This record gives sequence, structure tokens and C-alpha cells, in this order.
Amino acid sequence: MAETTMTHTSQMEPRPAGWRGIAADWASDQRAFKNVSWGKAMMWIFLLSDTFVFGCFLLSYMTARISTRVPWPNPSEVFALRIGGSEIPLILIAIMTFVLISSSGTMAMAVNFGYRHDRRKTAILMLLTAALGATFVGMQAFEWTKLITEGVRPWGNPWGAAQFGSCFFMITGFHGTHVTIGVIFLVIVARKVWRGDFDTGRPGFFTSRRGRYENVEIMGLYWHFVDLVWVFIFAFFYLW
Amino acid sequence: MVDVTPADAIPPAEVGEVELYHPHSWWTKYVFSQDAKVIAVQYSATATAIGLVALVLSWLMRLQLGFPGTFDFITPEAYYQFITMHGMIMVIYLLTALFLGGFGNYLIPLMVGARDMVFPYVNMLSYWVYLLAVLVLVSSFFAPGGPTGAGWTLYPPQAIMSGTPGGQDWGIILMLSSLILFIVGFTMGGLNYVVTVLQGRTRGMTLMRLPLTVWGIFTATVMALLAFPALFVACVMMLLDRVLGTSFFMPAIVEMGAQLQHNGGSPILFQHLFWFFGHPEVYIVALPAFGIVSDLISTHARKNIFGYRMMVWAILAIGALSFVVWAHHMYVSGMNPYFGFFFATTTLIIAVPTAIKVYNWVLTLWRGDIHLTLPMLFALAFIVTFVNGGLTGLFLGNVVVDVPLSDTMFVVAHFHMVMGVAPILVIFGAIYHWYPKVTGRMLDETLGKFHFWVTFVGAYLIFFPMHYLGLMGVPRRYAELTDMTIMTESARHLNSFISIMAFTVGFAQMVFLFNLIWSIRHGRGAGGNPWRATTLEWQTPQTPPAHGNFGKELPIVYRWAYDYSVPGAKEDFIPQNVPGDFAPSREPA
Repeated sequence: MAETTMTHTSQMEPRPAGWRGIAADWASDQRAFKNVSWGKAMMWIFLLSDTFVFGCFLLSYMTARISTRVPWPNPSEVFALRIGGSEIPLILIAIMTFVLISSSGTMAMAVNFGYRHDRRKTAILMLLTAALGATFVGMQAFEWTKLITEGVRPWGNPWGAAQFGSCFFMITGFHGTHVTIGVIFLVIVARKVWRGDFDTGRPGFFTSRRGRYENVEIMGLYWHFVDLVWVFIFAFFYLW
Repeated sequence: MVDVTPADAIPPAEVGEVELYHPHSWWTKYVFSQDAKVIAVQYSATATAIGLVALVLSWLMRLQLGFPGTFDFITPEAYYQFITMHGMIMVIYLLTALFLGGFGNYLIPLMVGARDMVFPYVNMLSYWVYLLAVLVLVSSFFAPGGPTGAGWTLYPPQAIMSGTPGGQDWGIILMLSSLILFIVGFTMGGLNYVVTVLQGRTRGMTLMRLPLTVWGIFTATVMALLAFPALFVACVMMLLDRVLGTSFFMPAIVEMGAQLQHNGGSPILFQHLFWFFGHPEVYIVALPAFGIVSDLISTHARKNIFGYRMMVWAILAIGALSFVVWAHHMYVSGMNPYFGFFFATTTLIIAVPTAIKVYNWVLTLWRGDIHLTLPMLFALAFIVTFVNGGLTGLFLGNVVVDVPLSDTMFVVAHFHMVMGVAPILVIFGAIYHWYPKVTGRMLDETLGKFHFWVTFVGAYLIFFPMHYLGLMGVPRRYAELTDMTIMTESARHLNSFISIMAFTVGFAQMVFLFNLIWSIRHGRGAGGNPWRATTLEWQTPQTPPAHGNFGKELPIVYRWAYDYSVPGAKEDFIPQNVPGDFAPSREPA
């Protein structure tokens, strides 16, 4: 893609003040968001749509939780691990959250090195991000296994409201799917960076479009979003 | 309003030319094509094909209602399946897909002066996922137990219980899967439409110079991207209820004397999720129609649209308001009275921007040079029908009036007028208007006139009597009404009459289809700009437009889309890409 950032801001006509100015800015020539490429705009709008998906999932879960007449299982007990003879509440979730938030850090560093065209460091950091993401999914699989062996099912559990298991598997499963897709795409983009596709202008296999180092940042937007969603799931499902 | 840029004030291109994907074979040119125009035709053809299924289903329903007891093969179960699939196909797989996937794909890149959508490959995937959704939907007709008969709203708990056709068979599973696929496919296309309008316009094409068609499709797409998530979530949750035995929507319930395994779920939660999608969906279908009809009226009355700026703001206001009215579909579900008050108020407020639009259409016609072409006829029919359907909306938007009318034929008449007939009239008008651009040939005028009058008058003869039936208390969704006391002699005759009119109108659609196919080869040659219209899609070097739309150089836009009958101009229209100020004497409106 031969997109360029806007260079002629000085030529922009003077805008009216206040709301009219905001409307005029949005409605301006060729692009509503100056300096924003097509890919980045598309990712942001997709994330807005995806926010509504997760929002609906979480609101449905909250509705189920506040309207059930059966006690809700206590998350601190359910999600506790017995380590060294004592029950430590939420320890696995704490580690998982730490891992995922750390992966956001490595992702941000990858974006930085990407814009410096440092192929090696970018690719390594992206693969590290992917590894952390895969670790997160792995720990989630461990958590699912543990709960399933303790008798938690989508349709019921030993401790209380059946919706506990339904919401848990649905929401963490949907989020875990997002992380998994992210890991797959991280590996794909990392491979492109490693091979130098963004320097040589090699066309994409499916799209036959040339990629740019901005793709690393767009990938990062998705990854940070998935992390942010996890913070809300953590707060509303585990800490409530 | 004088909105003309002098030729020397056009800023340089902010975005360089993007390489297009060039097809290498017949397959990549016509089947797996990344060209938005081909995708548009694919979307339209698929939507029309599945729409024909819905049309046949409506005939079967009318056979049963008009002549009860005559047709043994229409059992009550089959009747429920017919109404469910008819509703779902019409609303989602026909109207949404045709307006956004069909017209959106064809018109957005051409009208904003782009070579294609911003991500043609994703755009292509969008169509193929949509096709898959349609195939899954169709497969439910052949699944054991047949398609679901839960009603197009799919309300639980009945939707997944054994008393409902398809509830414990494959029907509901295939329906929900198909909807999920549709939403995934739509999202891929919708992101393209939105980004193309926001970021892919040609030089000089500010948002306030977009034709209203693009505004309507754009706003509807944004709404769809925010409303479909609620349906997606509702579908996932109901699928889990049905397949895994969760209880999101299923309360403790006894069926045939046996207690089901479900416990503690909330059917009302489904209704909230469904209508948070379902009400914006009405406007997802209506806003593209509003936009298109504005352009049809302006072009065929040779007059600039009245109050363009207000038209844009009205579209945006309707889009925003439609997200806070959903519970007016749930007045009889049991709700805090203050909520009813809130939702009735917001519902009635929508009448304000809607009325602005209707006034502006009429004022555009006022003292215009009205050509009664086929697109114009359909546009006029739309205004009348939309006003009719909108007025009955005032009845249903008020809680106290809605409660007795709820679930009667009055509701059926209302929503068919306002979101069935009205948008479909626009679709017809739009097809008569843009067919010459897509094929290079005009549709046959005589067949078109026949199609118009039978459809327009017939639709009124079908749906007007339904208001009366509804006021008498005739309920909807009943397969057999003969023995009910409210079904007087006259009501039964009326039902038979409605059915006969439905077959007549259906026949007229066959004539239309014949016209569509016949005119591809035998229609009168159209030339590049048969309607003498201003917008960019009529200014392409080739007709039908070639791959890349605009030849070597993208057009530069100097003016808004409505410079018709400008005083002092040589012709009665000035295309958007013609420089120069022809309107020195006009005062700003």
C-alpha cells in the first residue's frame, strides 16, 4: 500500500470553532481521520464492534448472576489452588493476568522496534508475545480441566447456580478463542517481519497487497484490546 | 447553498493510488472476484434467490389463511415454519444483504470516487460467508423435523422446546448457526463499507458532499456493526441452551408433565438482547432506503434535495435514537411502567427527524420538473407508504394503545407497510435507476409500469384490510382462525381477498424478474448517463464501469451531488466532477 501521511496541513482552510468545527473536521476532504491508514481505521472500528460483543456477554452474565435465586459460588474459593498445604485464592488467575499484561508490554516493544525496521528484535518480541499468549491459553486449559474434574459443567456445578458454569465456560472460552486467534496471527506477522516482507514489499499470499511495518502496530491494537477485555472479565467474574 | 470549490483550490491527494488486485483467470474475475461490483451482483443475486423462497412461503401462508382447511399439507407446524422462515429471510437475508451487501458494494466505491473497497479480499470473503449462511439456512428445510417454527423473533423458552417445530430437531440449531455466520460475514463487509466512506474518498469529496445514498448506507452499516453483536451473543447463548443444556434463557419449566433440566434462566434477557439488535435492524433497512429515495427524487424531479444538511443530521439522529427504543417491542412482556414511559417517549421522538425527512422529500418535489419515470414512481409510492406505516407506528409506540393491539394483524400490517413494502419499493426504484449502469441497458418500460402499478396498488389491497382485521382483534401467528367468534363472515371474506391479492402481487414480481433477465440482452441501450444525473457513478468512462471504476485518473469533486437546474448553467444538471461556479446569483439557502 502506498499510503502516505498528510503533509499539507498548512493548506487546510480555517475551521469554525466549537461543535461546528468538530463536524467540519470529521467531514473534511478525502479522510475523516487524517494520518490514519485504512488498516488501522478498520481495526479500530472492528474493535468497537467487538466491544459490543463482549459487553453483551458480560451484561448477560451480570443479569444471570443478579437474577438467580440460588447462591452464586464464591469465586475466591472456586478459583483457589492448594499450594504447599494452604489454599491460595485466585492465585492462578493472578498469574494468568500477570502473563497477559506482560505480553502487552512485549507487544508494545515490538511495535517500537518495528517502526525502527529492526527485523530481528521485532520478530523476537512478537514471538515472545505469542509465547506468553499461548502460556495464558495453556493455563486457562489447566483451569478448565481442574474445574471440570471438580464437577463444574456448563449445565450445573456442586456449589450453586447453574449459570456459574455456563457463564464461566462461555465467556472465558470466547476470550480464550480471541487470544488463540491473536497468537496465530502474531506468528504469521512475526514470520513476515523475519523474512523481511515489509522491507522488500513482497505481496501477501491471499490479498496480493504489500504490507508495511504498521501491520505490527495494527496487530498490537488487537492484542491490547484482548488484554483490556481480560481486565474486565477478571474484575467482573473473578473479583465480584 | 452554494458549495463549489474553485478548480485551483483542490488539495493534493492524501492517499496514493493503491494497487488493485488483477484477476488472472475466469474464476478470479467472475466467481472469486475481489471487485466490489461483482461482489455486489453476487450479493444481490443470492439475496434475490433466497427472497424468492420467502415469497413462496408467504403464498403458502396466505393459502392457509385465505382458504383454511382446504390445503391438507399445510399443518399448523408447517404454517409456523413458513412464517418463521419468511420473516427471517425477508428481514436479514434479503433486505439487509441487498441494501448493504448489494447496493452498498456497488454504489459506495463509485459514489465516493474510489477504485474499490479498501480491502477487496476481506470484501470477497464477506460474500462467501454470507453465501454459506444462506446455504445453512436452506439446509434446514431438508433437515429432519424441518426448519424452526419459533417465529422470526425466536423467543425462548418455546424456541428450543419439543412443542415448536425444529425446537428439539435440527431446525433451531441450523437457524442460529446461520445467523452467527451471517453476522461474521456481514462484519467483514461492513468494516469495508465504513472505512471506504470515512477514509477512501476522492479529492474534493467531503462528507457533506456525499450523495444521501452513501449517507444512508454508511449510517446503517455503522448501526449494524453495533447492533448485530447483541444478536450474535443471543444466538451463541441460545445455541448453548439447546446443545449443551445451559440455562441462560430457560427458566424451570414443565413440558408434557415432565420437569425439564433447565433452571433459573431469563427469557426476558433474550428479548432485550434480541430487540437491542431488532430495533436498529428496522432502521438498518430503512436508512439506506431513505438515502436512495432522496437521490431518486432529486434526480427525477431535476431539483436539488431540499435541506441536504438537515437530511444528513436526520439520518444520524434516527440512527442514534434507534438504539434507545428497543423495549417498545416488549410492552406486553412485563416491565416497570416507568420503563414503558421512557421507551414510549424515545419512540415518539424518532418521529421528529423522520418527519423532517418526509417534509424535505415533499419540498424537493414542490415545483420540481417531475419526470414520472419508473424510479420516480417507486419513490413517490415509497413516500406515501412510509407515511402510512409511520402513522400506525404512533399507535403502537404508545403503551396503552399498543397493549390491546399487540400480537394482532394490526402489527403485521404496520411493520409490513413501514419496513416491508416501503423499503422494497425503494429497492425496485433503485434497480430501475441503476440497472442501466450495471448492465448498460434500460429495463423495459411497459413491463416496469405493469410491475409498478400491480405492486403498489396490490400492496395496499393486501395490507390495508389487515389494519381492520387487527382492530377487530384477529391475532397474528394463528394457523387456523375459522371457529373464533371474532372471525365474522366479512373478516373471512377479507382474508380470502387478501390472499388473492397476495398471489397477484407475487405474479407481478415474476414479471419483474423476467424483465431483469430479458433486458440484459434485449433492453434499449442506455449510454453512460441516461438519467442525466450528477453523481460520480454516472461519470465513469465505461458503462458498465470497468475494474478500477474510473479509468486512469480518479475524478475530482468540485460540488455537491444536487446541482440540478442551476440558473445560468448550459444543461439542467452539473456533474460533481465539473469545475466552475454556475450559480453566482443564488442566495445561500
